[in-house]
Amino acid sequence: MKDTPTHPMPVLHARGISKFFPGTIALDDVDLRLMPGEVHALLGENGAGKSTLIKCLTGAYRRDAGTLMLDGQDVAPGSTADSQLLGIGTVYQEVNLLPNLTVAENLYLGRQPMRRGFIARRRMNAQARDVLAGYGLDIDPAEPLTAYSVAIQQVVAIARAVEMSGKVLILDEPTASLDRDEVQLLFGVIRQVKARGLAVVFITHFLDQVFEISDRATVLRNGRVVGECLLRDVTQRDVVTMMLGRQLEAQVKTRDTGRPGKTLLDIKGLGKRGMIAPFSLTIREGEVVGLAGLLGSGRTETANLIFGAVPADHGQVLLRGREIGLRNPRDAVAHRFALCPEDRKIDGIVGDLSVRDNIILALQARQGWMRPIPRAKIEEIAQSYVRALDIRLASLDMPIRLLSGGNQQKALLARWLATNPDFLILDEPTRGIDVGAHAEIIALIEQLRADGMALLVASSELEELVAYSTRVIVLRDREQVSELTGDQITPDNIINAIATEDAA
Amino acid sequence: MIRSTHLPLLITLATFVLAYALCASAYPAMLSWRVIANLLTDNAFLGIAAVGMTFVILSGGIDLSIGSVIAFTGVFLAVILRDTSIHPLVAFALVLTLTTGFGAAMGATIHYLEMPPFIVTLAGMFLARGAAYVLSTESVPITHEFYDTLQGLYWKVDGARFRLIGGLMVLTFLVGIITAHRTRFGQNVYALGGGEQAAKLMGVPVARTTIGIYAVSGGLAGLSGIVFSLYTSAGYSLATVGVELDAIAAVVIGGTLLTGGYGFVAGTFFGILIMGLIQTYIVFDGTLSSWWTKIVIGGLLFAFILLQKGLTWAAQKRAAQARRRTATGSAALS
Repeated sequence: MKDTPTHPMPVLHARGISKFFPGTIALDDVDLRLMPGEVHALLGENGAGKSTLIKCLTGAYRRDAGTLMLDGQDVAPGSTADSQLLGIGTVYQEVNLLPNLTVAENLYLGRQPMRRGFIARRRMNAQARDVLAGYGLDIDPAEPLTAYSVAIQQVVAIARAVEMSGKVLILDEPTASLDRDEVQLLFGVIRQVKARGLAVVFITHFLDQVFEISDRATVLRNGRVVGECLLRDVTQRDVVTMMLGRQLEAQVKTRDTGRPGKTLLDIKGLGKRGMIAPFSLTIREGEVVGLAGLLGSGRTETANLIFGAVPADHGQVLLRGREIGLRNPRDAVAHRFALCPEDRKIDGIVGDLSVRDNIILALQARQGWMRPIPRAKIEEIAQSYVRALDIRLASLDMPIRLLSGGNQQKALLARWLATNPDFLILDEPTRGIDVGAHAEIIALIEQLRADGMALLVASSELEELVAYSTRVIVLRDREQVSELTGDQITPDNIINAIATEDAA
Repeated sequence: MIRSTHLPLLITLATFVLAYALCASAYPAMLSWRVIANLLTDNAFLGIAAVGMTFVILSGGIDLSIGSVIAFTGVFLAVILRDTSIHPLVAFALVLTLTTGFGAAMGATIHYLEMPPFIVTLAGMFLARGAAYVLSTESVPITHEFYDTLQGLYWKVDGARFRLIGGLMVLTFLVGIITAHRTRFGQNVYALGGGEQAAKLMGVPVARTTIGIYAVSGGLAGLSGIVFSLYTSAGYSLATVGVELDAIAAVVIGGTLLTGGYGFVAGTFFGILIMGLIQTYIVFDGTLSSWWTKIVIGGLLFAFILLQKGLTWAAQKRAAQARRRTATGSAALS
């Protein structure tokens, strides 16, 4: 996959960049070459080190080793302002402009055109209009920034970065909150910036976008460079394989799919604009539906939408043939849904409460606070799940934050199992837990399915999905792209589905 | 073209015109140059202090010290002119340096120690008031011929006397308006109010701007103190208690958002005039207790807070619509 074409000198050449955090190596001997007039995609799953690398380049972090050459000169930016002056401009996912100023004021803040010691507003607005027209935007720069959409704000941010810096433009997930048309608007601007000879770094989780706009890619995994490649020489499949680092061996698994029961949930055209394209999905009792896809493909969004954590703006949900409204998680809980969220530290556990209180939380919430569950009953429920799930703890009274990751995850599962749900959504149930607990959770999912529960499991662990899913839905760029059933479910097929290049 | 950000300013202006029309219809005598001249004279010290407060609030801060600084300035001038032979102009320069430095020190504390402006300027409020007490607990009269000269300066229109201090206030507002909109410092003040983190990333010199803002507020409080001493011909350490709150009220009624970033110095001018108008009406009425001023101002403040909230909501709705608009607009572009 490595290729080293003879090319003009890179605008920015990072060599041997390393960054250590207590206990981990975030970046290990990373090289990055940015060529003038090229869009360079920086790829990798979460935690691969993309954002750490960017922060080292822009001076937000101090690198622990390595050299940074800009136009052949050694540089050491000490802050983002430093790097801006050196010529490295960055545009982030959340627009870093000021909502209370006008477009022109944002564009020229700190370097306004002056006349006799005062800001020449009329000239500033005229110049702003010209600059933006150069990017294909015909807008009134004297209007406040917030009068325009996020996409246009992004273009303004890019224009500012290019005008100020002018050598390297780093785009950190600029398309994350844009819809398709807006992405095209942005890409038009990126092409112009590229034509002006800047080196552009493009970070995104959307592979289609990478192949559409980028010339070259560097793939990171676990803080190391897996490879640099010219994108015209490789396929999406190659890139996904590099990112996930899996051997694509056919791994056929005979599974006991059982007899799927009655249809529990029938989702028709559920979607939310800018978040996930409308999808339809039928889930039967005694079935595990797996959600596969790269990070940002819409797995979590799908889970949240079905649980009502994010209200859908179109589509309907039928529960046992009857339409139900899911405006918020309380509605979902009332219909005996349960959701174990992806980030248990933020969305799940209440760290300082005892294990017992954490387990009983959802059940008590559903009952309402006016009808407290008797102490003895609580004890009984908590004890029974601790035993059933083999949660290892010193006492039910200990704060849950003191448990290990795997045990926290099991306690969270216990919380929702205690509500005796008909439909359980698990988002990344095995993230960040050790191998032993991992196997136990997979076994538990199998067990719950065999007992007739309907489950929807989102995971980035392909083998894991293959192990327990009766069906796998593959998502890409917030759209369902395929559904695999039975013997089709192999890691190989899932990767193929994720990487399939179709005319989108 | 009317821009949405100008809406609060226009509403303030409309409120002033409406209030004046109401007053004039009740008491036609209020429609005179004399009343206008008195409005300017009587509110001169508050107006000057409120200009500084506008900058502070635009940047997302607050300055609670200005009432105390005004009192300190008055006592300082009175004591110096009583006990020494220093010329008042020198004394003015001295006290302005002192108060500007005091403001700058508070700004530096806020920035470098990362303390909330509320607490730092609360400390400043006690310090300045305490310093005034130390100088004198009694009211000290100011008798100096230069003061008489200054107080005797006026511009006569139809029997109304536009005095020096009212003119000074108008001048301060004009300089304030130009500073806010036509200088980099002014733009940086707005930038800070819009979001300190983003402002920093965009290269705004946060330290210099923060210190500058509180120095301006302190300096203008000093100027306001000088004006107050000209107005009352005395320095008293118990004077102008709570003036910082009146200034905040004027700024908010003037359409500036308390959370910073949005507003106009010119709005504050009309905020001051509205508050002055209410007072004048009560004087004309003669039967109402002067406490009604407070009640009306309280009601006005509430109304303006609700108005700001409503405008924020409307702006968010518009942003959502703009999003939809560009979706179709960009399709046409591509």
